[in-house]
Amino acid sequence: MSLPLAEPAIETSSTASRGWRPSHRLRRGLMLPLLLLVAWEASSHLRLVDPRFLPPLEAIAITAREEIWSGDLFLHLGASLARNLAGFAIGTLLGVAFGLLLGLSPVAGRIAGPTFHAAKQIAVLAWIPIISVWFGFAETAKVVFVAVAAFVPVALNTIEGAASAPKPLIEVCEVLTFSRWQRIRRAYLPSALPSILTGVHLGLIYAWLATVAAEYFMTVGPGIGGLIIAGRERFQMELVMLGVVILGTVGFLLNHIATLVEVRLLRWRA
Amino acid sequence: MTVLDLPHRLPSRPISLRLLRPLVAGLRDFAVALLLPAVILLLWAIGSAYELVPQQILPPPIYVWENFRDMLAGGELLQHAGISAVRVAGGFAIGAALGLLLGIAMGLSEVVDDYVRPLFTAIAQVPTLGWIPLLMLFLGIGEALKIVIIAKAALVPMVLNTSAGIRGVPKAYVEVADVFAFTRWQKLRRLILPAAVPPIFTGIRYSLTKAWTALVAVELLASAEGLGYLLVWGRQMFWLDTMIVAMVIIGLVGFAMDKILALAEAWLQSWRIDG
Repeated sequence: MSLPLAEPAIETSSTASRGWRPSHRLRRGLMLPLLLLVAWEASSHLRLVDPRFLPPLEAIAITAREEIWSGDLFLHLGASLARNLAGFAIGTLLGVAFGLLLGLSPVAGRIAGPTFHAAKQIAVLAWIPIISVWFGFAETAKVVFVAVAAFVPVALNTIEGAASAPKPLIEVCEVLTFSRWQRIRRAYLPSALPSILTGVHLGLIYAWLATVAAEYFMTVGPGIGGLIIAGRERFQMELVMLGVVILGTVGFLLNHIATLVEVRLLRWRA
Repeated sequence: MTVLDLPHRLPSRPISLRLLRPLVAGLRDFAVALLLPAVILLLWAIGSAYELVPQQILPPPIYVWENFRDMLAGGELLQHAGISAVRVAGGFAIGAALGLLLGIAMGLSEVVDDYVRPLFTAIAQVPTLGWIPLLMLFLGIGEALKIVIIAKAALVPMVLNTSAGIRGVPKAYVEVADVFAFTRWQKLRRLILPAAVPPIFTGIRYSLTKAWTALVAVELLASAEGLGYLLVWGRQMFWLDTMIVAMVIIGLVGFAMDKILALAEAWLQSWRIDG
């Protein structure tokens, strides 16, 4: 987790650098997924594979329609998103506060930094059992877990950001005899902002994964994770696949929104 | 230490003292770093000694320590950790090797990249946690499931970093290679692969971290042995000491793997003058 955010950054740079003949590339790109879908559909209809394992695509569409019409889908999605946002908000606020404390105060950094860096090595999922013992199995525990998942990347990036204020800037502040608060407000916070936003962006993605994880491992209730688990237990492949598609789509959209917000908030840097 | 008083002091000061200074500073930092864990441990011990929290919710640290020793002596801990290690090693080896090949192919050939990238992105977009229940229905909950999940988790960062690393070889180098009329193989061997080593290594580190996380996820959901299972089992039996031991081990192994790879990375790149 201490590694840089390599994945999204790399993807955008490599696609942006080769923008030739978009239609041509689109056609090539669609080839493989289409072939796969056709093979899927054919093998399902020709009974090459047990349709219980590989339901035809229209079965998934029908399930999706039923879930939407009955309103269940929105119930699940709403429950998941509410959980996600509550945990994300708590984790982000605490993460920024904790990160600023550690990044701005050398004493706090030296005392709590190593403990934090050691604790973050524990894979986030490993917290689930102990959190569910400490906070019960209901909603509180889920939100706490989501908050923990969001806290780690936010705190980590805030610490790095707060410590990365350029030296000349700090020297200028000293020359201008800025007060401590002015220094934080005018120098440290603005130069930490890009890094903090990276952390918040990561936190949003982690929070979404944590939401689904919490729904898997803690009590079954409404939520996308609950939908998938229920589908698996009833061996309804359509339901599982629908849930997985929604899971991926929501993650994709959250990532997209975060990128847009980040770009907008950092416009002043250009 | 100002420069001015240096001449007066230098002869009288033994050299060893100056060499010791960083060591002393390091020791001091280390002691300060241990302060917070010590305080937490103390509060924890006091809290459980005076039963401020029920022992079921937070067992005294000494229980956790004894439990750790028992599990270590009984061979139980090593057995579970070994099973987890074998799973990670297998899944990571498969995932990273496939990822390396696919990443090289996508990095070297625009055509391959155009064909494969969208499908790859779609697969990568669905998180490991989404694949687990799906693949459980296909593969059951046996060893195959774990290996496939871990391999998938390791594959994605490997492909992204390898292809980006190869794409990122500076144009100027390629031009020099063209001037020397390098063959395709020479170009690959002398230019592209060495230039792509640092990002590929970042990919390996990333892969291993993801593989370890995926292992915990898959063992929590579907396993009867391994470190993740130890957590589930501890929760079912309400044995918090077992859970805490498992958590610490998971953290330590993750930490050790990352540190070892960081050292290997530094060592591998020591030939680079520009660092």
